[in-house]
Amino acid sequence: MDIRRRVRVFVFLLAASPFFFASSLPQPPQRGEELQTSDNEIGRYGGTLVVGQRTEPKTLNPVTAADAPSREVIGRMMADLIHINRASQQGEASLAKSWTVSKDGRMFTLKLRRGLRFSDGQPFDADDVLFTFQVYLDDKVHSPQRDLLIVGGKPLDVQKVDAYTVRFTLAQPYAAAERIFDSLAILPRHLLEKPYHEGKFAQVWNVNASPAEIAGLGPFRLKEYVPGQRMVLERNPYFWKVDKKKNRLPYLDQVVFLFVGNEDAQVIRFQAGDTDLISRVSSENYNLLAKERRNQSYELFDLGPSLEYNFLMFNLNDLKPGLVQIADKQKWFSDLRFRQAVSAAIDREGIVKLVYGTRGVPLWGNVSPSNRLWVDQTLPHPARSVERGRELLKSAGFSWRNDGQLLDSKGKVVEFSIITSSSNNQRSKMATIIQDDLSKLGMNAHVVPLEFRAVLDRVFQTHDYEAAVMGLGGGDADPNPEMNVWLSSGGTHLWHLDEGNPATEWEGQIDQLMKKQMVELKYSRRKHLYDQVQEIIAVNLPYIFLATPDILVGAKKNLANFKPAILEPSTLWNVEQLFFRQETVAGASR
Amino acid sequence: MVSNKLIIAIVFLLLLQSAIVFAGFVAPYDPALQNRDLPFMPPTRIHFVDAGGHLHLRPFVYRWVPLQSVYEYQESRQREYPVYFFVRSNETTNAGIRTRIHLFGVEAPAQIFLAGSDNYGRDQFSRILYGGRISLGAGLLATGISLLLGLLLGAVSGFHGKWVDEPVMRLAELFLVLPWLYLLLAVRAFLPLHISPAQTFFLLVAVIGTIGWARPARLIRGIVLSAKSRNYVLASRGFGASSGYILRRHILPHTYGVLLTQAALLIPQYVIAEVTLSFFGLGLSEPMPSWGNLLANLQQYSVLVSYWWMFAPALALILVSLGYFTVANAIQERLQSASA
Repeated sequence: MDIRRRVRVFVFLLAASPFFFASSLPQPPQRGEELQTSDNEIGRYGGTLVVGQRTEPKTLNPVTAADAPSREVIGRMMADLIHINRASQQGEASLAKSWTVSKDGRMFTLKLRRGLRFSDGQPFDADDVLFTFQVYLDDKVHSPQRDLLIVGGKPLDVQKVDAYTVRFTLAQPYAAAERIFDSLAILPRHLLEKPYHEGKFAQVWNVNASPAEIAGLGPFRLKEYVPGQRMVLERNPYFWKVDKKKNRLPYLDQVVFLFVGNEDAQVIRFQAGDTDLISRVSSENYNLLAKERRNQSYELFDLGPSLEYNFLMFNLNDLKPGLVQIADKQKWFSDLRFRQAVSAAIDREGIVKLVYGTRGVPLWGNVSPSNRLWVDQTLPHPARSVERGRELLKSAGFSWRNDGQLLDSKGKVVEFSIITSSSNNQRSKMATIIQDDLSKLGMNAHVVPLEFRAVLDRVFQTHDYEAAVMGLGGGDADPNPEMNVWLSSGGTHLWHLDEGNPATEWEGQIDQLMKKQMVELKYSRRKHLYDQVQEIIAVNLPYIFLATPDILVGAKKNLANFKPAILEPSTLWNVEQLFFRQETVAGASR
Repeated sequence: MVSNKLIIAIVFLLLLQSAIVFAGFVAPYDPALQNRDLPFMPPTRIHFVDAGGHLHLRPFVYRWVPLQSVYEYQESRQREYPVYFFVRSNETTNAGIRTRIHLFGVEAPAQIFLAGSDNYGRDQFSRILYGGRISLGAGLLATGISLLLGLLLGAVSGFHGKWVDEPVMRLAELFLVLPWLYLLLAVRAFLPLHISPAQTFFLLVAVIGTIGWARPARLIRGIVLSAKSRNYVLASRGFGASSGYILRRHILPHTYGVLLTQAALLIPQYVIAEVTLSFFGLGLSEPMPSWGNLLANLQQYSVLVSYWWMFAPALALILVSLGYFTVANAIQERLQSASA
């Protein structure tokens, strides 16, 4: 039985192999193929896009990938059912050509496109979708996205209605539920069902997998991986999008990810013209590239503030018995007036200027001003005032020694350390500026740069730190991914992890509001709830928000349809539309 | 005969080191003072001729104003700011002496940044001087520790021989073959990170100093070994002198030349060791300056290619090393000519 199946697969592979390997030329549209027409400038075929990547992807398995480089590569080879358009930030049809939501907001019926094929030429239908969700929801697979698919404590239920219709049922209404489908890669059942049932799913599609083992519904497919050097993707000849002239996308023949090591190397390679685009550039390097732009063939884009937020936080965790010194200092940290005084003394404008070279904005809340749908515009932006900080400290019982050193009500010197990741230059700089600002209040803060893993270990596991400068957010514009941060039970509720019950009244209020907004379907009411959350946070300052950098990217001038967006992946999200214009700009002919 | 080179080197080192000891007097600004409007300002130009072509006897500077784009500046020629000497400003402490007088300065809002400013608009010249206290101080102290250990162990091992000599010399060989940079990194990584700047400094000194005792110990052992079989030592022993007396009176004086040369060689080496550790972020943390911390700015490509004055601490380091090596050379030559 088993042997017969194997022979069948073998014969099939033999017959089909010319189609897989011989050509990746775009296939002409077939009858019965429900293709999506993409509204972009008509391009021309050909060319190789070279992208510099800081580190190598760790895996090509979309279900288990957790690191940014892996997701960046995998995202180009895979497709999702409903996709968040990075430019409009709205959910839009992808592999599902349409969907309907039941009145109670719990049932989603998705109509799939017919006649589509995976990049190995095998057909796609509802069984692939069912298989995909079975894998994502399997807790033995440990997918980082699994949590998103659990709504109201229950995994979402997936039913096949017919070969091209799938129904998802949620345990409770869930706001913006279509967004949970974004970036969930639909897997080829024909390739992965066997390893999955054999319990080998975690091992499949590692970086050394041969191109024939991997297939997806994205615009590109794996061609070659050279460890330590590059990963080459080639056109998926069966991709399901066409332009207005019915040319099948993508236009590019290949996408090459070059592994360059770090940001500086990325900048140097881009400057030299070795790579065609660059994303997540720091402001220093952006200014450097801008200075030499006149005689260069690239263009730079400042897309405005990102969605991430950088903040200073104090350790308010329940501590293990050994950490007496930190527990002592928590008497200051837990005093709201102390945190308000710190916040008042911090020079956010200075941070934006010195850390981001003015390419960023100061923050007083967790929602970036570029998130126009959700930011609470009425949030106050108090100017920096050391005097107000001193008044607050005075009212909280602090006093000053003759040399200006701050003392608490028991006469103890106010001194603490701020940890940051040493590999993150920008956060180290923020800490240095904060250290100087707090010295004006008489506080003695020490900056302690630690290796990133050590920071995570202290923050998440041992709670052996006093204060930290960190960053969060940036994934999506919607409030739901923020649940993890603000719910008192959340996994990134960093200032106080593993709270059994909300430790304070306001944390309890946030819990209620966040849970309410999650099941509220109407935008205006959700917005009202989330505004209240932002206000409570801004008043109680569990995090002292600092600033957010602009998203800075660059690309060759002759790269057309380049529409960078503030959501990740900011430059490659529409890679199928990119093409190189004919005109040759000096040094950029391809 | 004392060569000119030696005199120049010694005078230079003395000048530089007194400038560093009296950094609070020589440096115009507090090394931690941030001017957030003036990041990465190029070195201030000192003028004698103003925009109108008039010659001034007293040197003056112009105020530098930021241009529209960040990190770019222009001299504003509207007003000259003369450079005054022995000006009063913030109080500092120099080798225990408190003073408000600074060697030179200009009136605000103009700034005199002889070596430009860093990312936070801090005066790099002041930071180099204050940083020298850490870097050179660490070099000198660590050299002291190494030589003391080397002298003790070398003398004991050479003088007693036998069962003391063997283990000490094998240990010295072990220390010689250790890759010291990695060892330093490893040792520093084991130590707690939450310690005060003073503790960090003394830890650095102790770590650097203890690692380097082997070479002086071996040299001194050799000298002690040869000296102890000289006739006058044997004679002295015959007259009933104690071991301590013989060591002090007859043997150790032979080692002074070697100790001096070793010191002149070890100091720059240890300064570089401190700089290396600080460069890798294992030394003192912000806002305390040390030459290694200052050079760490150059780890960023954008700083490396855009702001040439950020190399200034490297210049200080090179000059100090050259100075000490010249001194070491000269002493070596004198020792050889004396023994020849």
